Amino acid sequence: MACATACMAELPDITIEVSHLVKTYGPLTAVNDLSFAVKRGEIVGLLGPNGAGKSTTMRILTGYLPANSGSVRICGLPVASQPEATKRHIGYMPENNPLPEEMRVSEYLWFRGRLKEMPRARLRARIDEVLELCDLKRNRHRILGRLSKGNKQRVGIAEAILAEPAVIIMDEPTIGLDPHQIIIVRDLIASLRGRMSVIISSHILPEIEATCDRVLIINSGRIVAQGSPAELRHEIFGHTSYRLEMAGDRAGIAADLAALEPSLKVATVGDCGPDGFCAVTLQTDATADLGEKLLAALPARGYRVRSLSRTQPSLEDVFLAATRRSWDARLPDKKNPNGDNRPPLPKA
Amino acid sequence: MRHYFTILSHEIRALLYSPSTYIAAVLFLVVMGFIFASILEVYSKAPQETPPAAIFFQLFMIPVLFMVPLLTMKCFAEERRLGTLETLLTTPVSTAEVVLGKFTAAYLFYMLLWASTLGFHYILQIYARDTRFLDAGPLIGGYLFIAVSGLLFVAIGVLASAVTRNQSVAAILSFTLLFGLIIGLRYASELTPLNHSVLSPLKTAVDSLQIASHVEDFTHGVVDTRQVFFYLTGATLALLFSILGVEAKILGS
Repeated sequence: MACATACMAELPDITIEVSHLVKTYGPLTAVNDLSFAVKRGEIVGLLGPNGAGKSTTMRILTGYLPANSGSVRICGLPVASQPEATKRHIGYMPENNPLPEEMRVSEYLWFRGRLKEMPRARLRARIDEVLELCDLKRNRHRILGRLSKGNKQRVGIAEAILAEPAVIIMDEPTIGLDPHQIIIVRDLIASLRGRMSVIISSHILPEIEATCDRVLIINSGRIVAQGSPAELRHEIFGHTSYRLEMAGDRAGIAADLAALEPSLKVATVGDCGPDGFCAVTLQTDATADLGEKLLAALPARGYRVRSLSRTQPSLEDVFLAATRRSWDARLPDKKNPNGDNRPPLPKA
Repeated sequence: MRHYFTILSHEIRALLYSPSTYIAAVLFLVVMGFIFASILEVYSKAPQETPPAAIFFQLFMIPVLFMVPLLTMKCFAEERRLGTLETLLTTPVSTAEVVLGKFTAAYLFYMLLWASTLGFHYILQIYARDTRFLDAGPLIGGYLFIAVSGLLFVAIGVLASAVTRNQSVAAILSFTLLFGLIIGLRYASELTPLNHSVLSPLKTAVDSLQIASHVEDFTHGVVDTRQVFFYLTGATLALLFSILGVEAKILGS
C-alpha cells in the first residue's frame, strides 16, 4: 500500500501472533495446538519433516485456509474475522511458486500490484524497484513460462515484496535451486531483515541456519523446539564437545579435567596412531569456551596436545534430535513439568 | 468490487493471448458458416414459412453444447491445478469478485463469437441484393435470446469448472449439465407419467422450460419476462454455487 513506510511506524511490535492453532483434515491432525509470535523485522524459519504441518500453518496465516480452532493475528488484526484487512499486510509465496505461464514478468507484477491495491503511479516505480532488487531487470519482458527455475523463484519473491507488506510468508523459497541461486535467494531474504517480518519454511537446514534469527522446529503439527540456532543446540544437547589429539599417559586425566572444570569429562577415546597421539572427545555442560584453558592446562600436566577443536552439533543434529524426541514424548510444558509421565504424542 | 475490473481485464488479456481462443473462434465460425449455408440451400430449393434467421437460431444448441464447455473449462480447474488460485485468493480479493470477473470474461467472449455471425447475414444481403433477406425482427429477437440465455449457459460452465481441478472433467460436466438442460428437458416433457393430473403443475413447469420454444418466442418477437427471469435467476444461482464451490474446494484441499 501507499502508506507502507508510514504504516510501519504504527504497526505493533509483534506482527504475527498465533495461539493454540488447530487444523484437522478429517481424522488427520495437521496442526496441533501451535502457538508462537514473530516480532517486527524478524526472520523466522519453520523447520520440519515432510507433512509436519508447515504449509498448512502458512496457509492459515495467509487466510487461505480456515483453522479449526485457535487464533491468528497479523499486525494485531484477527485473520478469521478480517481476512481482507490482514491480506493487505501479507506477501505470500506458496510452495512451488505457481505462476501463470503465458504472462510476461512485468505484466504479472502489474496485475498482482493492482490486486494488492497499489495506486498506478506508485506501482510503476515499485515494479522497477523490485526488479532491480531481485536482479530481474534483463528478464522483465520475458514470458514467465520460459524462465529458468531460479528466475521464476525470484519473480515469486519480487511479487511477495511488491506491496511492501509487513509480513512475508514463503513456503520453501529455495526448493529446486542450484547452490548459486540459493545464495542469491538467501541474500535477498536476508536483505529484508529489520524491515519486514519473514517466515520461511524449509527442510534444508544450512539455509535456515544462515538466514534465520529464530528457528521453530515443527513435528506432527506441534512445536518441538524453538530459539536461535545456538540456543537450540544448547537446549537439545545441553553440552559442548571438544575434540583433541593428544599423547601421554591418560590414567589421571579424569581428575585433571575435573580440576579444570567440574563437568568436564572424557566422552570417547578414538584410535591411537603409531606416534602415540589419540583422538579424544571431551564433553562439558559449561557454556563458556574452555579452549584456551585446555591448551594451557594440558601441557602443564604433561600431556602433549597436537590439535584442539570445539565441535558444534549442526542444526541437522538438532533437528534430528528434536524430531526424534517428539516422536517419543511430548516436550515438557507448563501443565506437565516433569518429563516422567509425559503422555505419548497422538498418532497422526 | 474494486478488483472486479482488474480480474476482468486480466482474464480478457489471457483470452486474447491464448492461441486456443483463436482456434475455438475459427472452428465456431466454420461450423456456423456451414449451418447457415445449408439453411440457405434449403431455402433456395423451396419456399419456406419461417425466415432463415429463425431456423439459424433454432440450431443454437450445437455451438452452445460444444463451445461453452471449451470456453469455460479453464476458468477455475486450470488455476486450481497450477496453484495460481491460491496466490489469487491470498490477495485482498473476494471469491465473488474472482468468479464474477471470470464469468464476465467468458460471457463477453461468447457474445463476441455470436456477434461475428452477424457477418453472415450481412454477406447474404450484399450478394442477394435484396433487403428482404435481412429481416431485422428475427435477428434482433434471436440475438437477444443468445445474450440472455448465454448468461445461464456460461454460468453453468463456470460452475462445472469451479467444482473440479481437472479441465476435462469440467468440460464433460458442463456438457452434461447443458445437455440435460436443453435436450433432457425436452424429453422430460414427453414422459407419459407427467400427464397424470396430480403432476400437472410439474408438467406446466417442464413445458415452460423448453429452451427450444423460448428461441421460437424470441425470434417471433415475443419477449416473455418469465423466460428472461428464468435465465437471470438460473445464472445467478449457478454463480452463487460457483462461489460456494470454489470456497468448499479450499476447505477440502
